[in-house]
Amino acid sequence: MILNNRLSAEEYEANFSDIHPPFDKKEAALVEANRCLFCYDAPCIKQCPTSINIPKFIKQITTDNIKGSAHTIFDSNIFGGGCSRVCPVEKLCEGSCVYNLMHEDPIPIAKLQRYSTEKAIKEKWQLFNRKPSTGRRVAIIGAGPAGLSCAHGLSREGIDVTVFEKEAKGGGLMTYGIAAYKVTPEFCQDEVDFVTSLGGIKIEYNKELGKNISLGELKVQYDAVFLGIGVGLARQLEIPGEDLEGVVDAIEFIYNLRSKTFNQIPVGDKVVVIGLGMTAIDAATQAKRLGAKEVTIVYRRTQEEMPCTQVELDIAMLDGCTIKWLAAPKEVIGEEGKVTALVCSVMELGIADTSGRRAPADTGKTFTLEVDMIIKAAGQTPFKQLVDQNDLQNAGGKLVVKNNATNIDSVFAGGDCVNGGKEVVDAVQAGKDGAKAILEYLAMADSEVKMMNEIEPSAFNSFQNPVPNL
Amino acid sequence: MADISANFLGIKSPNPFWLASAPPTDKKINVLRAFEAGWGGVVWKTLGSQVKNVSSRYSAVNYNGSRVMGFNNIELISDRPLDTNLREIEECIKLFPDRAMIVSLMADNTRESWHELIKKVEDTGAHGVELNFGCPHGMTERGMGAAVGQDPEIARMVVEWVMEKAAIPVITKLTPNVHSVVPTGIAAVEGGSNALSLINTIQSVTGIDLDTFVPNPYVAGKSVFGGYCGPAVKPIALKFLATISQDETTRKVPVSGIGGISTWKDAVEFMLLGASNVQVCTAAMKHGFRIVEDLCEGLNNWMDEKGFATINDFIGKSVPTLTHWEDLDINYHHVAKIDQDKCIHCGLCYIACEDTSHQSISLAYGKPYNTYAIKEEECVGCNLCQLICPVENCITMEVQRKGEEYLNWKDFQRLGMALNDH
Repeated sequence: MILNNRLSAEEYEANFSDIHPPFDKKEAALVEANRCLFCYDAPCIKQCPTSINIPKFIKQITTDNIKGSAHTIFDSNIFGGGCSRVCPVEKLCEGSCVYNLMHEDPIPIAKLQRYSTEKAIKEKWQLFNRKPSTGRRVAIIGAGPAGLSCAHGLSREGIDVTVFEKEAKGGGLMTYGIAAYKVTPEFCQDEVDFVTSLGGIKIEYNKELGKNISLGELKVQYDAVFLGIGVGLARQLEIPGEDLEGVVDAIEFIYNLRSKTFNQIPVGDKVVVIGLGMTAIDAATQAKRLGAKEVTIVYRRTQEEMPCTQVELDIAMLDGCTIKWLAAPKEVIGEEGKVTALVCSVMELGIADTSGRRAPADTGKTFTLEVDMIIKAAGQTPFKQLVDQNDLQNAGGKLVVKNNATNIDSVFAGGDCVNGGKEVVDAVQAGKDGAKAILEYLAMADSEVKMMNEIEPSAFNSFQNPVPNL
Repeated sequence: MADISANFLGIKSPNPFWLASAPPTDKKINVLRAFEAGWGGVVWKTLGSQVKNVSSRYSAVNYNGSRVMGFNNIELISDRPLDTNLREIEECIKLFPDRAMIVSLMADNTRESWHELIKKVEDTGAHGVELNFGCPHGMTERGMGAAVGQDPEIARMVVEWVMEKAAIPVITKLTPNVHSVVPTGIAAVEGGSNALSLINTIQSVTGIDLDTFVPNPYVAGKSVFGGYCGPAVKPIALKFLATISQDETTRKVPVSGIGGISTWKDAVEFMLLGASNVQVCTAAMKHGFRIVEDLCEGLNNWMDEKGFATINDFIGKSVPTLTHWEDLDINYHHVAKIDQDKCIHCGLCYIACEDTSHQSISLAYGKPYNTYAIKEEECVGCNLCQLICPVENCITMEVQRKGEEYLNWKDFQRLGMALNDH
């Protein structure tokens, strides 16, 4: 049965408390910070999509220069606080820490990053100064990591930025799409406030592209537009019974979970999650933490090919979720319009597909799981219709860009809507790159204007510009 | 099992580890606890003229998260009544007759004061006295402590006063707050001192509070220079000790080594440079008296491993290996070698060599791991990369002699050999 309010307030609180608690004391942070070898041309920096100077910020913790440490982080990644909580560091910075090569625990980079950034956000440190306004105006669509990172980069250079956000809150997937035990709504709000505290960034909420704003209008009103619209549509299974009551998609499930109180979120007794990406893990673990009795994850390949990290898988396993490997959903069975079972095909791995992973093939055998709720987490698809409507060049919905510029003049893009859905930290870098591309675009436009202004008088006055006479 | 017992001027102790004259040896309760823990002897905290101590008294230097790498104090000599100290010394000797009891002394600068103090101490049954010519703070303002040790002639005079009276062995403790400890050491030996001990603490300012702007330790808005000790001073102590072991006058008397000794290895190093026993203070103040267990066990195991039956078998063994720079073999050359299987690609060797040495390490870019290798023809064999490499035995130094023969600087010049061309 699908029910909400399964647990007591205390149980909800315990189940959704911070999965990676911060250092509770300065001394504890210092022990780890002092372990850092301060590598030169450090592997951890190279593995960070935003290239945070990690050894430097850690060294700054040891010298009691927390403000400097926070500046080092935020200067490369304005979402350094959120990334310290949600980054799959085991495959990024921490995964490349040289201590791994000595078979010792890597430096807890994320935890140290959280240590510095948390203090900065809590104390509301003004770490950046905005240059005087240039009078240039840029519109950004989407107040997620890509959009706000772009906004921050632009505003620092004196660009006046307006961000249009379809939801009632900023933060994008940070706020609406990640497990609650990683980031709290309060933190997400604080982080958005921290980004915008620079000044020059106005966010207009409940404004959605294609509904109450249009790209055409924005192009006219602003000097440039940046699209950070993300992805957001759940990939459909396209199997019989998919429309039965009790079949939900993970994005919607997590969205609800993140925007309501935990006791408002209904969950089944026997839940199946389809897929094994980060979102699948977030859905499975949270279903369990909401009080589901059994949670089974169905994945069509093996552990070798799984898209989530081992750390994420371990969270699900420790939460008591079961994994069915080499199983693909074949048909959803229901009674009276409600889900009762999921028939799965038994798969085997064949030759490598385009992703380089061995492709699963149906063996013809099946098995049936008794379930009352199915959460689909088989990937997300871009807003294909939306981008087509706006004549934006795309590949299956993913925007095609060159140096963050779309096929439309003055319109730029970055983040999940371009890469199809990667980590928050990738979106932050895409926002930075987008800001750089826009600044170059505006500078070029400025210099063209300047040239126009200079050429005319100089053409008549050889004293001011003697070059033509030579 | 090796015999780690020590005999210093006829004063026997079950091991060569004494507690130095300092707060840990200030009272009967501390000394009894030390003896129970296994310390071979103590040098009772300095007795002498009446003083009053202040609060606070200590400060420290921490390094990369490691606390008390260096330690500093502004405490004066014992501020307890002399009679109380003397009574307690006597009681401790009776309770632990097999341990060494030395009493540190710093009398007012008159013959009579010294004679009177020595008489009283000898009456306790103490085995020896140590003359405190080294305390660098407070007492110096009254012409005592380091003020005596810094002037060989005053030191000689005071030692002579002491020797007129003393019936038990006399150790003179030297201050390091001089360009050389040898002149005072010679004066003390010529004055009749039976032994030397060194070093006392080094004058220091350990740090300044960046909020109050007052150096530490803090005493009502002010501070004073203190005496620095602990692991940080060990290399300085070893150097001073070596000079005493090399001088033909001072090397004739036994030396008690002091200065940052924390482990059995430190103790062995002092003994290899000529110390007949060692005194410990800061390490005990940091960890308690229990550290003596590993001091004894570690020494014992090392001696067994090396085949030394008694500590006399290795005392002074390293002294002859310290030579003059101009006698060093210029033909000796070694170069660094990086074991690529052990390398963790931290790049610390590269940046140190590139920025501050001889650009002798190559970098081949990799994502995420660069590969580093030694350019042997550029390497001068300075050891820097090996010293900073965090992996044991990853960088080793391989001998590649420039010539078969021993060649020193004097011969090099005489032969008119070519200097470096860079």
